[in-house]
Amino acid sequence: MLERGHHDMGGLPAGKVEPTEHDYPEWERRVDAMVQLLRLGGKITVDELRKNIEALPPEAYDKLSYYEKWISSLTQTMIQRGVITSAELARKMEEVEKRRR
Amino acid sequence: MKPQFATKYRAVAAKFKTGERVRVRKSAPLGHIRTPFYIRGHVGEVERYCGAFPNPEELAQMRDGLPAQPLYRVRFKQKEVWPDYRGPDSDVVEIEIYQHWLEKA
Repeated sequence: MLERGHHDMGGLPAGKVEPTEHDYPEWERRVDAMVQLLRLGGKITVDELRKNIEALPPEAYDKLSYYEKWISSLTQTMIQRGVITSAELARKMEEVEKRRR
Repeated sequence: MKPQFATKYRAVAAKFKTGERVRVRKSAPLGHIRTPFYIRGHVGEVERYCGAFPNPEELAQMRDGLPAQPLYRVRFKQKEVWPDYRGPDSDVVEIEIYQHWLEKA
Protein backbone atom coordinates (compact mmCIF):
# COMPACT_ATOMS: atom_id res chain seq x y z
CA MET A 1 0.00 0.00 0.00
CA LEU A 2 2.51 2.56 -1.19
CA GLU A 3 0.48 5.67 -0.42
CA ARG A 4 1.26 9.23 0.51
CA GLY A 5 -0.23 10.49 3.77
CA HIS A 6 -2.59 13.45 3.25
CA HIS A 7 -0.38 15.77 5.35
CA ASP A 8 2.77 14.75 3.45
CA MET A 9 2.22 17.28 0.64
CA GLY A 10 5.79 18.29 -0.18
CA GLY A 11 6.22 18.65 -3.94
CA LEU A 12 2.54 18.96 -4.81
CA PRO A 13 1.34 22.03 -6.75
CA ALA A 14 0.44 24.71 -4.19
CA GLY A 15 -0.40 27.96 -5.95
CA LYS A 16 0.85 31.34 -4.83
CA VAL A 17 1.85 31.93 -1.21
CA GLU A 18 0.52 35.21 0.25
CA PRO A 19 2.36 36.10 3.47
CA THR A 20 0.22 38.08 5.92
CA GLU A 21 0.71 39.28 9.49
CA HIS A 22 -1.92 38.60 12.13
CA ASP A 23 -2.45 38.87 15.86
CA TYR A 24 -2.83 35.78 18.02
CA PRO A 25 -6.16 35.66 19.87
CA GLU A 26 -6.03 34.79 23.58
CA TRP A 27 -7.08 31.15 23.14
CA GLU A 28 -4.25 30.53 20.66
CA ARG A 29 -1.73 31.91 23.14
CA ARG A 30 -3.16 29.59 25.80
CA VAL A 31 -2.88 26.57 23.53
CA ASP A 32 0.72 27.48 22.78
CA ALA A 33 1.48 27.85 26.51
CA MET A 34 -0.12 24.48 27.32
CA VAL A 35 1.88 22.72 24.63
CA GLN A 36 5.17 24.28 25.75
CA LEU A 37 4.56 23.52 29.44
CA LEU A 38 3.55 19.91 28.80
CA ARG A 39 6.52 19.42 26.49
CA LEU A 40 9.05 20.99 28.87
CA GLY A 41 7.57 18.99 31.74
CA GLY A 42 8.18 15.79 29.78
CA LYS A 43 4.45 14.94 29.63
CA ILE A 44 4.25 14.88 25.83
CA THR A 45 6.59 14.79 22.84
CA VAL A 46 6.27 16.92 19.72
CA ASP A 47 6.34 13.64 17.80
CA GLU A 48 3.07 12.55 19.43
CA LEU A 49 1.54 15.92 18.61
CA ARG A 50 2.59 15.55 14.99
CA LYS A 51 1.26 11.97 14.88
CA ASN A 52 -2.16 13.14 16.07
CA ILE A 53 -2.22 16.09 13.65
CA GLU A 54 -1.34 13.72 10.81
CA ALA A 55 -4.15 11.41 11.94
CA LEU A 56 -6.81 14.08 11.33
CA PRO A 57 -9.23 13.18 8.53
CA PRO A 58 -8.11 14.96 5.30
CA GLU A 59 -11.13 17.33 5.31
CA ALA A 60 -10.40 18.37 8.89
CA TYR A 61 -6.68 18.71 8.13
CA ASP A 62 -7.46 21.15 5.30
CA LYS A 63 -10.16 23.08 7.17
CA LEU A 64 -8.75 23.56 10.68
CA SER A 65 -6.47 26.51 11.42
CA TYR A 66 -2.96 26.01 12.79
CA TYR A 67 -3.93 26.25 16.47
CA GLU A 68 -7.18 24.37 15.94
CA LYS A 69 -5.00 21.49 14.75
CA TRP A 70 -2.79 21.91 17.83
CA ILE A 71 -5.63 21.85 20.36
CA SER A 72 -7.28 18.90 18.65
CA SER A 73 -3.99 16.98 18.67
CA LEU A 74 -3.12 17.99 22.24
CA THR A 75 -6.52 16.80 23.47
CA GLN A 76 -6.11 13.47 21.66
CA THR A 77 -2.64 13.08 23.20
CA MET A 78 -3.96 13.79 26.73
CA ILE A 79 -6.63 11.11 26.25
CA GLN A 80 -4.08 8.61 24.90
CA ARG A 81 -1.79 9.34 27.85
CA GLY A 82 -4.61 8.85 30.35
CA VAL A 83 -4.35 12.42 31.70
CA ILE A 84 -8.02 13.01 30.92
CA THR A 85 -10.81 10.69 29.81
CA SER A 86 -13.23 11.28 26.94
CA ALA A 87 -16.07 11.27 29.49
CA GLU A 88 -14.43 14.03 31.56
CA LEU A 89 -13.81 16.04 28.43
CA ALA A 90 -17.43 15.64 27.30
CA ARG A 91 -18.73 16.78 30.71
CA LYS A 92 -16.47 19.84 30.66
CA MET A 93 -17.47 20.73 27.11
CA GLU A 94 -21.16 20.55 28.05
CA GLU A 95 -20.49 22.75 31.08
CA VAL A 96 -18.75 25.37 28.93
CA GLU A 97 -21.51 25.17 26.35
CA LYS A 98 -24.12 25.94 29.08
CA ARG A 99 -22.09 28.92 30.25
CA ARG A 100 -22.33 30.41 26.76
CA ARG A 101 -26.14 30.27 26.65
CA MET B 1 33.04 9.92 12.30
CA LYS B 2 32.51 13.18 14.15
CA PRO B 3 28.85 14.23 14.38
CA GLN B 4 27.74 17.84 14.02
CA PHE B 5 25.99 17.50 17.39
CA ALA B 6 27.39 15.05 19.94
CA THR B 7 24.64 13.30 21.96
CA LYS B 8 24.86 10.84 24.83
CA TYR B 9 22.01 8.50 23.93
CA ARG B 10 22.57 4.77 23.60
CA ALA B 11 22.79 4.63 19.81
CA VAL B 12 22.98 2.45 16.72
CA ALA B 13 26.43 2.71 15.07
CA ALA B 14 26.63 5.20 12.18
CA LYS B 15 27.32 3.29 8.96
CA PHE B 16 27.48 5.96 6.25
CA LYS B 17 30.28 8.43 5.59
CA THR B 18 30.20 11.94 4.20
CA GLY B 19 30.16 11.79 0.39
CA GLU B 20 28.70 8.29 0.28
CA ARG B 21 25.79 7.60 -2.13
CA VAL B 22 22.64 6.41 -0.39
CA ARG B 23 19.18 5.41 -1.53
CA VAL B 24 16.08 6.30 0.49
CA ARG B 25 13.91 3.25 1.16
CA LYS B 26 10.76 3.21 -0.96
CA SER B 27 8.28 2.27 1.68
CA ALA B 28 5.06 3.66 3.12
CA PRO B 29 4.43 2.11 6.52
CA LEU B 30 1.77 3.33 8.93
CA GLY B 31 2.75 5.54 11.85
CA HIS B 32 4.51 8.89 12.20
CA ILE B 33 7.13 9.07 9.44
CA ARG B 34 9.60 11.94 9.07
CA THR B 35 10.97 10.91 5.68
CA PRO B 36 9.04 12.94 3.06
CA PHE B 37 7.08 10.80 0.62
CA TYR B 38 8.49 12.59 -2.43
CA ILE B 39 12.09 11.63 -1.67
CA ARG B 40 11.52 7.92 -1.06
CA GLY B 41 13.30 5.78 -3.66
CA HIS B 42 15.70 8.59 -4.67
CA VAL B 43 19.50 8.47 -4.48
CA GLY B 44 21.52 11.23 -2.82
CA GLU B 45 24.86 11.90 -1.21
CA VAL B 46 25.57 12.15 2.52
CA GLU B 47 26.39 15.82 3.16
CA ARG B 48 27.01 15.44 6.90
CA TYR B 49 26.41 13.25 9.90
CA CYS B 50 24.20 15.29 12.23
CA GLY B 51 24.36 13.01 15.27
CA ALA B 52 22.30 10.23 16.88
CA PHE B 53 18.79 11.09 18.10
CA PRO B 54 15.86 9.11 19.56
CA ASN B 55 13.76 7.64 16.75
CA PRO B 56 10.75 9.98 16.22
CA GLU B 57 8.67 7.06 14.91
CA GLU B 58 8.99 5.52 18.40
CA LEU B 59 8.69 8.79 20.34
CA ALA B 60 5.36 9.38 18.60
CA GLN B 61 4.07 6.10 20.08
CA MET B 62 5.02 7.03 23.66
CA ARG B 63 8.21 4.94 23.69
CA ASP B 64 11.73 6.21 24.39
CA GLY B 65 13.07 5.97 20.82
CA LEU B 66 16.23 4.17 21.94
CA PRO B 67 18.63 3.07 20.70
CA ALA B 68 19.06 6.45 19.05
CA GLN B 69 19.22 6.48 15.24
CA PRO B 70 22.03 8.20 13.35
CA LEU B 71 20.67 11.21 11.45
CA TYR B 72 22.25 12.43 8.20
CA ARG B 73 21.77 15.45 6.00
CA VAL B 74 21.43 14.02 2.51
CA ARG B 75 21.85 16.09 -0.64
CA PHE B 76 19.77 15.35 -3.74
CA LYS B 77 19.96 16.92 -7.20
CA GLN B 78 16.77 18.86 -7.91
CA LYS B 79 16.83 17.61 -11.52
CA GLU B 80 16.84 13.99 -10.32
CA VAL B 81 14.00 14.54 -7.87
CA TRP B 82 11.75 16.57 -10.20
CA PRO B 83 11.97 15.48 -13.85
CA ASP B 84 10.46 18.82 -15.02
CA TYR B 85 12.78 20.99 -12.88
CA ARG B 86 13.95 23.99 -14.92
CA GLY B 87 16.57 25.53 -12.61
CA PRO B 88 20.35 25.06 -12.94
CA ASP B 89 21.82 21.53 -12.78
CA SER B 90 23.72 22.53 -9.65
CA ASP B 91 20.54 23.11 -7.57
CA VAL B 92 20.09 20.67 -4.71
CA VAL B 93 17.59 19.86 -1.98
CA GLU B 94 18.94 18.77 1.41
CA ILE B 95 16.86 16.62 3.74
CA GLU B 96 17.70 15.21 7.15
CA ILE B 97 16.99 11.48 7.15
CA TYR B 98 17.46 8.78 9.78
CA GLN B 99 19.75 5.86 9.02
CA HIS B 100 17.03 3.19 9.09
CA TRP B 101 15.51 4.88 6.02
CA LEU B 102 18.77 4.70 4.04
CA GLU B 103 20.64 1.96 2.19
CA LYS B 104 23.92 1.94 0.26
CA ALA B 105 23.31 3.00 -3.37
